[in-house]
Amino acid sequence: MSSGRPMIDRYRWYEYAVIYAGMFLFLAFVLSPFVEGFLVSLKPLTHLFSSPYRFWPDDGSFDAYFTIWEHVPLLGRYIFNSLLISTVATVVVLILVVPAAYAFARFEFPGRGPLLGAFLGVNMFAGAVLLIPLYRLMRSMGLLNTYFAMIVPGVAFLIPTAIWLLRTYLLRIPRELEEAAWVDGAGRLYILRRIVLPIAAPGILVVALATFIGAYAQQFIFALTFNSKSELMPLAVGLFAFFGKERVVWNELMAASFVGIAPVMIGFIFLQRYLVAGLTAGAVKQ
Amino acid sequence: MTRSRSATLFALALLLPATIYILVIVAYPLVDTFSLSFTDASLRKTVNWVGWANYQKIFGGDFGTIIVRTFVWTFFSVSIKMIIGTCGAVLLNALVPGRALFRMLTLPPWIIPMAIGIFMWGWMYNGQFGMISGVLQNIGVLDRPLAWLAYGNTAFAATVLTDVWIGVPLVTLYLLAAIQSIPKDLYEAAWTDGAERFYRFRRITLPLIVPALLTMSMISLISTFNSFDIIWILTQGGPNGQTTTMIIDTYRTAIGSYKYGEGAARAVMICIFVSIFCFFYFRVVNKLSAGEAK
Repeated sequence: MSSGRPMIDRYRWYEYAVIYAGMFLFLAFVLSPFVEGFLVSLKPLTHLFSSPYRFWPDDGSFDAYFTIWEHVPLLGRYIFNSLLISTVATVVVLILVVPAAYAFARFEFPGRGPLLGAFLGVNMFAGAVLLIPLYRLMRSMGLLNTYFAMIVPGVAFLIPTAIWLLRTYLLRIPRELEEAAWVDGAGRLYILRRIVLPIAAPGILVVALATFIGAYAQQFIFALTFNSKSELMPLAVGLFAFFGKERVVWNELMAASFVGIAPVMIGFIFLQRYLVAGLTAGAVKQ
Repeated sequence: MTRSRSATLFALALLLPATIYILVIVAYPLVDTFSLSFTDASLRKTVNWVGWANYQKIFGGDFGTIIVRTFVWTFFSVSIKMIIGTCGAVLLNALVPGRALFRMLTLPPWIIPMAIGIFMWGWMYNGQFGMISGVLQNIGVLDRPLAWLAYGNTAFAATVLTDVWIGVPLVTLYLLAAIQSIPKDLYEAAWTDGAERFYRFRRITLPLIVPALLTMSMISLISTFNSFDIIWILTQGGPNGQTTTMIIDTYRTAIGSYKYGEGAARAVMICIFVSIFCFFYFRVVNKLSAGEAK
């Protein structure tokens, strides 16, 4: 590499070998289901169920990617539902969390520590544990079999982490600007809206991304239990019906999965820089 | 005086919406779970107070086995996650060409819907035609197909492996952040003194990421203990209940058999265990920070 690089960061050839070999093993573990899943989506079903096992498809085709639209008629709807549920959940989380995180980061008030602890304590209880009362609650509010049954409970479990990430971010922003505005006679709400929000925008973006991913990746149990309308199902639950069948049409299931996650994967490629940098910066300082 | 009081009021006003939300969607159901656990609530309209009957019934059955199984499942999953995550973080921290790409490639299991990743693993574990059985036969480890999800022990290992796979990206990223926050001059001083790379890892990196490892273990412990999707999709707790953890058991009792009261009692047991974990975690953290202060 460049000559300006300090000696300490130079590796000998066998160190390179160990690092790349380790990296290969690590990424093989992380990515093998994707690679295998993609190859499966290319194999005709009859060739899929043939011994001996062959990793590479000799007669691969993209047929499954065309037939799924016929066999999984609601696929487009599932994809849309997944994105809609995650987007609404993210917006609600931000509306609740931005003021709360600001209060925790900037104000001294009695009971601040315990209240923050109580918020973080929510992380202790998974949605699955509270499923019975949540089911009764959703039923009494008349939300069963609506989008809200999948959004409302999910939001609660996304709040703690979002508060933590945003509070950490706000703590690192200097408060001089806010103090100057206060001295100039600006109101508290004005300061929050016109000074804090613009400065904190990058942090809010990271929190929004992390929340969206949380809402997107974990939408299963509430959707499975609180909703039985096919046209409202998110991707995971919609495809679960095909996974549970006696004879799973694997190539189409995989094709539908890849089509389903494509929008988010494409978004990820563009936004991953912010995500990796933001999360690694905000995660550790406690 | 008025100023600080108005500041307090403003802060509380900012906190009010989130607090109310949590009270309604988490705190109330939590209390409701406790009170339901002393009733025979089901699909019937009438609900009777039954005292400790649900708890007596639970412990009369095979609940002890399920608790032990849940602990073993969680222990294996969390420790393997930490080991792989630490290795991954160290590798991703190495200043080699391709590092940015490697970091990006670590994340996909985390950003896709968990269930979709689990479907993929469902195929990998397929006995006749899945990749794991197939590759192991090709390299001669297995002499005939093995349907991983059909036998208790292999199904158990399979669900652990999938949970590790889903958890590893976040653990790796978090530990990577911890490693990056270690001051560079520590390494430089050690390097000047002639310390080898592995020695530097053992004596600098590892001790300094212990707090992050503990925190991540705790987060991972809670989410693994409460993990539902993986086992439910892959085995539904089978075969013969040999992958039934406490959460699967609770779900099956409450949602599958509509025994809300008994299911609530099982859910209460989960809450109690999770609270105990958190209690010990905070004791360890307090001890650690007290040690640092000295």
